Amino acid sequence: MSDTFLYGIEVVMNGLMAGVLYALVALGFVLIYKASGIFNYAQGVMALFAALTLVGIMEGQVPFSHLINAIFGTNIHHFGWEVPAILAIFLTMGVMVLFAYLVQRFVFRHLVGQEPIILFMATIGLAYFLEGFGDLMWGSEIKKLDIGLVQGASVWFEDLTSGLGGDGFYGFYIDVLDVTAAVVAVILVVSLTLFSQYSKQGRAMRAVADDHQAALSVGISLNFIWILVWSIAGFVALVAGIMWGAKSGVQFSLSLIALKALPVLMLGGFTSIPGAIVGGLIIGVGEKLFEFMIGPMIGGATEAWFAYVLALVFLVFRPQGLFGDKIIERV
Amino acid sequence: MFYREAGDFKTTYADDSQTFPIKFDRYRYYLVLAVAFGVIPFIINDYWANAVLLPFLIYAIAAIGLNILVGYAGQVSLGSGGFMAVGAYATYKLMTSFPDVNIFFHVIIAGGITALVGVMFGLPSLRIKGFYLAVSTLAAQFFLVWLFNRVPWFYNYSASGQISSPERTVFGYAVTGPNAETWVAYLFCLVFVTISAIIARNLTRGASGRRWMAIRDMDIAAEIIGVNPLKAKLTAFAVSSFFIGIAGALFFAVYLGSAEVGDTFGTTKSFLLLFMVIIGGLGSIFGSFAGAAFLVVLPVLLKNVLVAGLGWPTDTAAHLEILIIGGLIITFLIAEPHGLAQLWRVAKEKLRLWPFPH
Repeated sequence: MSDTFLYGIEVVMNGLMAGVLYALVALGFVLIYKASGIFNYAQGVMALFAALTLVGIMEGQVPFSHLINAIFGTNIHHFGWEVPAILAIFLTMGVMVLFAYLVQRFVFRHLVGQEPIILFMATIGLAYFLEGFGDLMWGSEIKKLDIGLVQGASVWFEDLTSGLGGDGFYGFYIDVLDVTAAVVAVILVVSLTLFSQYSKQGRAMRAVADDHQAALSVGISLNFIWILVWSIAGFVALVAGIMWGAKSGVQFSLSLIALKALPVLMLGGFTSIPGAIVGGLIIGVGEKLFEFMIGPMIGGATEAWFAYVLALVFLVFRPQGLFGDKIIERV
Repeated sequence: MFYREAGDFKTTYADDSQTFPIKFDRYRYYLVLAVAFGVIPFIINDYWANAVLLPFLIYAIAAIGLNILVGYAGQVSLGSGGFMAVGAYATYKLMTSFPDVNIFFHVIIAGGITALVGVMFGLPSLRIKGFYLAVSTLAAQFFLVWLFNRVPWFYNYSASGQISSPERTVFGYAVTGPNAETWVAYLFCLVFVTISAIIARNLTRGASGRRWMAIRDMDIAAEIIGVNPLKAKLTAFAVSSFFIGIAGALFFAVYLGSAEVGDTFGTTKSFLLLFMVIIGGLGSIFGSFAGAAFLVVLPVLLKNVLVAGLGWPTDTAAHLEILIIGGLIITFLIAEPHGLAQLWRVAKEKLRLWPFPH
């Protein structure tokens, strides 16, 4: 086997891993879109906010310390204790549930029945609000998120595969963290599917997704379901935030992963959970391979747009995405 | 009392179909024009021009353009930042390649080039609708920004990758470059704003505007009554990109003077323009102005109050600022989804009967 071919395989593997992470973010979008028809642009910022909160709780930061210092002229920053990771994750989850409730209570309850574009704009407003709120609460400097996940290349895998190529080939490079993320994503998808198929709340959720009116008339509380859905999306955001945060630090750019997830959604269809996974994998592999093979010829950094153009070309042939519900138009 | 049509008799068809049929409204419009052209250039100073007036005028053009696409034709676009970049880089290339031609024509031609690019990225709109379209316009955004970043021909192989506008004059007065005087730049932009607004207003109440609105309200029904969706959608993309291109050209050449594509024309700009259109009011030319004014003035006001007034550190104030902007957008959408233009319409109706409301 030639070395270029082996490098190609390595690129594909890394692409698959990246794709899993994209899919993780896309999942949150799909959940909310299915249940309430809201295209939640704030999903990326929710991931950032969750990661910020997790770090803040673990390190015992004082919330709003910058604001308090600015107003009262004090100089406080830390409580001086540290919280173990597991407990901090649970506390963060509590914060995300509270957030879900507040969003439902103060924003989307008042916007029921508005046009989808208005709802979409509201989520962009929410994204701005949450971004400012998170920065104000925990500060905007880059933070390290360390909850004990192993990082770095898998030496075992490199040794195992180094025999495949010639002398210049040292085996495939794979980050252990990416593998962990992939495993977590698979567990998340399976458990979400089980939850929505077999539990009472999950069925109610699917009923709401099918038809709001009908769901109301059999006694399902829309309010509760929407809070539940936003909480689950918050949980997905937390997981995505932990994975991305551990990889590249908790900082503003974390919220931009929402922009990475959008083409995944287009490709897979806004309404399909398997679509989000398959779309994520296609985009992950596609953009890495394109950057590897064509990128050097046209100036590199093609990852910024390749996913979008791929999704765009794809949509021209199949306007509802791979697994999306067929768009039926009536006059 | 105000805005009464009583006693204002129309004797010709031209009178009846003019832009401002109510006398009071017409005089108010003339007054605004007179103040804008005749008074402000004499009292303008650097701070007001650079912080408020120039961005307001330029964003107003862009918002008008985006409003034609989103508000009148119903095609949501998140790629307007990319189209502004096309306008900016087109003027830059034209200004440096043809230094003898007046910058006025450069800006117009840059608008034309942007219109062509807009039509190209508008083609998928014939197949893709709704959110899928909104997201796919982001492809234009990212691709264009990448293109201007990576292909050195666009920035004339300058070492920093930035573009900066050379000095160009109109009637002997410098409009761009370091020697440009504020009032000249202001008047230059004002001319473009006025012409754009008049063109947009007349386009939207004419045949093409009706076609756009038919497509927006229901495209299949529009097709059945004889509107050609290909033509209607593509003209909407063309006209909208034309205005956005002009705005981009002015933003770079007159307002900033130098630009770096990722910072200046990123997704933030696209969202900002969309906010202006939504807060101002979809499907309203006045709304484009109101939205632009609101989102230009608000950050300036907040910065003045928080940093200068209360003495907070700038980063904390900046965080509070985006928090407030986000909160205001949500509040606005809940309280008045039809934007400032709707408030204005309601105010007019009230003023008409004031002070005897019954």
